[in-house]
Amino acid sequence: MIGWLLALLQTLLFIASAPLLAGWIKRLKCGLENRAAPPVWQPYRDLARLFGKNVVVADTTSWLFRLAPYVIFGAAVLAASVVPLVATHLPTSAIADVIVLVAFFALARFFQALAALDAGTAFGGMGASREMTIASLAEPAMLLVVFTFAVTANTTNLSTAVDHTLGGGFVLRPSFIFIALALLMVAVAETGRIPVDNPATHLELTMIHEAMVLEYSGRHLALIEWANQTKLMIYGVLFVDLFIPWGIAYEISAANVAIGAAAVAAKLAFLGLVLAISETVMAKLRLFRVPGYLGFAFMLGFLGMLSHVILEVG
Amino acid sequence: MQSLDFLPLYDQGILVLAALVLFTSFALLGQTRMFGLITVFAWQGGLLAATTALVAYSTGQRHLYVSAALTLGLKALFIPWMLKRFVIRLGIRHEVEVLGRHALVLIAGAALVVFSYYVALPIVRLSTLVTRNAIAVSLAIVLLSMLLMITRRQALSQVVGFMAIENGLFFAAVVSTFGMPMVVELGIAFDVLVAAVLFGVFFFQLRDTIDSLDVDRLSRLTENVD
Repeated sequence: MIGWLLALLQTLLFIASAPLLAGWIKRLKCGLENRAAPPVWQPYRDLARLFGKNVVVADTTSWLFRLAPYVIFGAAVLAASVVPLVATHLPTSAIADVIVLVAFFALARFFQALAALDAGTAFGGMGASREMTIASLAEPAMLLVVFTFAVTANTTNLSTAVDHTLGGGFVLRPSFIFIALALLMVAVAETGRIPVDNPATHLELTMIHEAMVLEYSGRHLALIEWANQTKLMIYGVLFVDLFIPWGIAYEISAANVAIGAAAVAAKLAFLGLVLAISETVMAKLRLFRVPGYLGFAFMLGFLGMLSHVILEVG
Repeated sequence: MQSLDFLPLYDQGILVLAALVLFTSFALLGQTRMFGLITVFAWQGGLLAATTALVAYSTGQRHLYVSAALTLGLKALFIPWMLKRFVIRLGIRHEVEVLGRHALVLIAGAALVVFSYYVALPIVRLSTLVTRNAIAVSLAIVLLSMLLMITRRQALSQVVGFMAIENGLFFAAVVSTFGMPMVVELGIAFDVLVAAVLFGVFFFQLRDTIDSLDVDRLSRLTENVD
């Protein structure tokens, strides 16, 4: 019982701190670009403002359009509950593994694309088609990363994987270098950051995510934005869990949980810095170059798998 | 069975560097710009030198330090510098090579790695060295470089492929027998150096004769009617 309560608390903490990570990255980016930065809690203000506004729904839309934000947000919450944030071995992480996590993302994406098509605008259809193109290329790369990790740790469960990494001590694995890079590239593509999509632009012919949510307003938009911020944080925490899990609470006690929270906060802050720097130094890719980018991520995942088989076993 | 977990950190480092050398081979296949190609080739040389130095340190084979220094000097610094000078003097600095079936070449590359893994399996079983797993990687580097030579038409890319084959052979020698005798190694190093100089002469001859570095045009019969 106490386990379920802790899992609930961890999920709440996960979702509540997701806008903070988005605000932190925004602040760092503004700092790097010599612009006046908004405070880190600006995303919370934006969400509160959107929740306070009325919802405007186009006449041409069906029930699907109104249902989609809740499905997307629900999938994000469920996905967040699977990933260990400050403590491992909570009951929620025992019932689902990384493949289910990928499936949650796919579910959210499916409804997002349907809802974008539902309104019947040109932008919605364009965004949906682009999103599905990118997703169909990013998912194999993501799964290859998961599989490579799974054959090393003998599990696809995240808690057990963390145990494996912590229990084995520090081992320099060639395959992990490749799949870590591949995971970063996939995360950038899936969360719609530069160089695949630019989260800061509206009404451009290059937009992908923004094109799909163009018809949304009020609390619907707030839920979708929040789900997107949660997705970014899930990818960050997933990277931390797989490759640098040191510090996470192994046995539940107040001190351990505090250390776990501090460790994951520091690691996420650092990942945010890496993302902000890479977004500042890189330009957005042309849309038709994105398959090449994701093909490279897939290649890295495949090289990770090969170097595991060739160099690490036997 | 995870044999990697029980290796000392230096040996893990050797395997990581071996994986990175393999990665540079793929990067060579994907690179279409002349300067990028030569830069990746230089990185491959540098990583090769680092691997050799680490093997020397980890196993106490002193003569490998000399090989590492030679590799660093020749393959990571001097030959890339000379090739870049050729590129500037030939005026093909901004030329981008058109690659047909780019994705197919990369998939073929991956297949070659799997193939060399299977071919090297019996050798790996016989060997007792800590670096034995990297033998397959060295074979893969040779085959990937051959693939690079086959798929490119620019004479300069083919030369880079040829040099990369030599990198693979050198790597094979280092990881399977801890290096060849010093005399042989010195001989090969200077052979490569001389080859690089000769290729330079060959480039300019080629350009004077057919007005391009595209070697496919060599197979066309032409008659000079002056």
